[in-house]
Amino acid sequence: MTSVELNNVTKKYDKEKVVAVDDVSLSVSKGELFGLIGPDGAGKSSIFRILTTLLLPDGGTATVEGYDVVKDYKTIRGNVGYMPGRFSLYQDLTVEENLSFFATVFGTSIEENYELIKDIYIQIEPFKKRRAGKLSGGMKQKLALSCALIHKPSILFLDEPTTGVDAVSRKEFWEMLKRLKQQGITIMVSTPYMDEATLCDRIALIQSGKILSVDTPSGIVKSYHGKLFAIKSDAMYKLMNDLRAFEHTRSCFAFGEYHHISFKERDKDYTEEVLNYLQAKGHTGVEIKSVTPAIEDCFIDMVEEKKSEA
Amino acid sequence: MKQLFSFIKKEFLHVFRDRKTLMLLFGLPVVQLTLFGFALTNEVKNAKIVVADYSKDIATKQITEKIEASKYFDVEKSLKSHDEIEAAFKTGKIKLAILFPENFNENLLHLHKAQIQIIADASDINTATTLTNYISAIVADYQRQLMKDASIPLTITPEIRMLYNPELKGEHTFIPGIMAMIMLLICVMMTSISIVREKELGTMEILLVSPFKPLMVIIAKFIPYLLISFFNITSILLISVYALELPIKGSILLLYSESLLFVVTALAIGLLISIQAQSQQTAMFGSLMATMLPTLLLSGFIFPVENMPLPLRIISNVVPSKWFFIIVKSIMIKGAGISVVWKETLVLTGMMLFFLTVSLRKFKIRLA
Repeated sequence: MTSVELNNVTKKYDKEKVVAVDDVSLSVSKGELFGLIGPDGAGKSSIFRILTTLLLPDGGTATVEGYDVVKDYKTIRGNVGYMPGRFSLYQDLTVEENLSFFATVFGTSIEENYELIKDIYIQIEPFKKRRAGKLSGGMKQKLALSCALIHKPSILFLDEPTTGVDAVSRKEFWEMLKRLKQQGITIMVSTPYMDEATLCDRIALIQSGKILSVDTPSGIVKSYHGKLFAIKSDAMYKLMNDLRAFEHTRSCFAFGEYHHISFKERDKDYTEEVLNYLQAKGHTGVEIKSVTPAIEDCFIDMVEEKKSEA
Repeated sequence: MKQLFSFIKKEFLHVFRDRKTLMLLFGLPVVQLTLFGFALTNEVKNAKIVVADYSKDIATKQITEKIEASKYFDVEKSLKSHDEIEAAFKTGKIKLAILFPENFNENLLHLHKAQIQIIADASDINTATTLTNYISAIVADYQRQLMKDASIPLTITPEIRMLYNPELKGEHTFIPGIMAMIMLLICVMMTSISIVREKELGTMEILLVSPFKPLMVIIAKFIPYLLISFFNITSILLISVYALELPIKGSILLLYSESLLFVVTALAIGLLISIQAQSQQTAMFGSLMATMLPTLLLSGFIFPVENMPLPLRIISNVVPSKWFFIIVKSIMIKGAGISVVWKETLVLTGMMLFFLTVSLRKFKIRLA
């Protein structure tokens, strides 16, 4: 059973000059936790807004729970939960007032669906008399999620729910999503953080409005062909420049405390050559090791691939 | 229904949580009434007037001296023709002219009554009224002096003519004017700002992705401001009756019904602005341009529309506050009923329907 389906959806802005969503086709199964992963400006929010019937696509068709986003927008609006990219609740209302307002707007009450939001709401309940504008980033997100959930939607659209939230709250938030998934709710979530991708069932990597790949996180990692190395030395900035100047380098970028490097001849082990090269350049404390690629490596690799194709 | 109530409750919470705006909403009418009430009844000093004495006798001389002695007037004595006097009025050189007809003293002594013609430039109503009142008082004072010596009653009748605005339209008109302005200001500005704020904060996005109907958003936004407006109307009327001693001559019920009509029109305008505006600032400036300026300039509130050039008179017809102003003035000051103001009511109803239809049609159910 598919929950969300996009067929060749295109969205252009600014008198057709800017292509935000470029011929995107996707499908999300019922009960899936689906991640839309890509940097800022990749077109994630536009896709979410098309699916929540807030924007009309310029081309292609899309359905949510079998309903067309253009024709049946009214039906969709009553059945989805949507959490926009930035905090969109009433800052001058208290936590409780916000929640009860959204509950009534959707024709339900806090009591009726309390079970569904209990896990999340219980964490902010001590602050229920506090105005929403005075909450911390993490608590705001919890409240927004509670509000999006209060009417028991069959599908949740969460647009960058963890942006601007501290690491602990982010982790908590994903745990909440996992619990919601267990209740059979389809969740479509977008994030610019590649490390969150592994927490999804399936992900779509998106860049400049185009889908680069749709697969399970492990499938995407597996599809990475060739070897990847992590290198560090005592002078990281110089190291980056030197590695990029190295004749066999395909790509090199910073990754935590290491630089990740891949080579043009992708399956060949260049460890020796690199070490010699770096020694000649005067680097000390050089350390090199082979690593399994992360989603970010795959993403960068796919972007590089696109670039070389073009 | 429950949804609507909850929405209205939310709107009230917005209004009451914002203390500064709340104070402004309730304080505005009082401040404006006081400002206008006192500013418009300012005393006049050294007004330029002309005395045209066709009689030149002892009585006219004495009256003229009395007038000259007053600090209010700057008297120019001359024997000007009627045409010259009128020309002086038109150029605004003089505010008032006093004409003593021939044989003034003789008439007073033999016929026991005489007339003085007082002509005032009534395009500036307040000055005109004040000046004529002063002159009449001086003349009455002189009359009393004469009476002391004479056994027979002597009467000097000041015959007052108000040039340009004979009916003195505009007397105390600042109250209907302020009513129109405040209702426009509150309804247009507050509704447009409160809708645009939902857009700006992104809450509109969530509201749109809900089973909520646009019409309900509009009604819910409307009710708090309607109630505030009615509260303000009541306070304006109370101040005008008890503090400014201006009684309401017509039906209060009719006054409130017409106000309701006007408030809904204002709301519809606010709605239309909010649909076009993307930020609260734009909404505010748009509202100010759409309400304050036309109300101040073209409604007849401060400047009589009758004296305006034709193009402005035509434009003034599309200003809703002009019609409301006429209605309230007729009801409050002249005590008119619906039979008198039905035409204006009809125009206002038409405007309301127009703005409401356009804004409901243009209300965006999507983001772009």
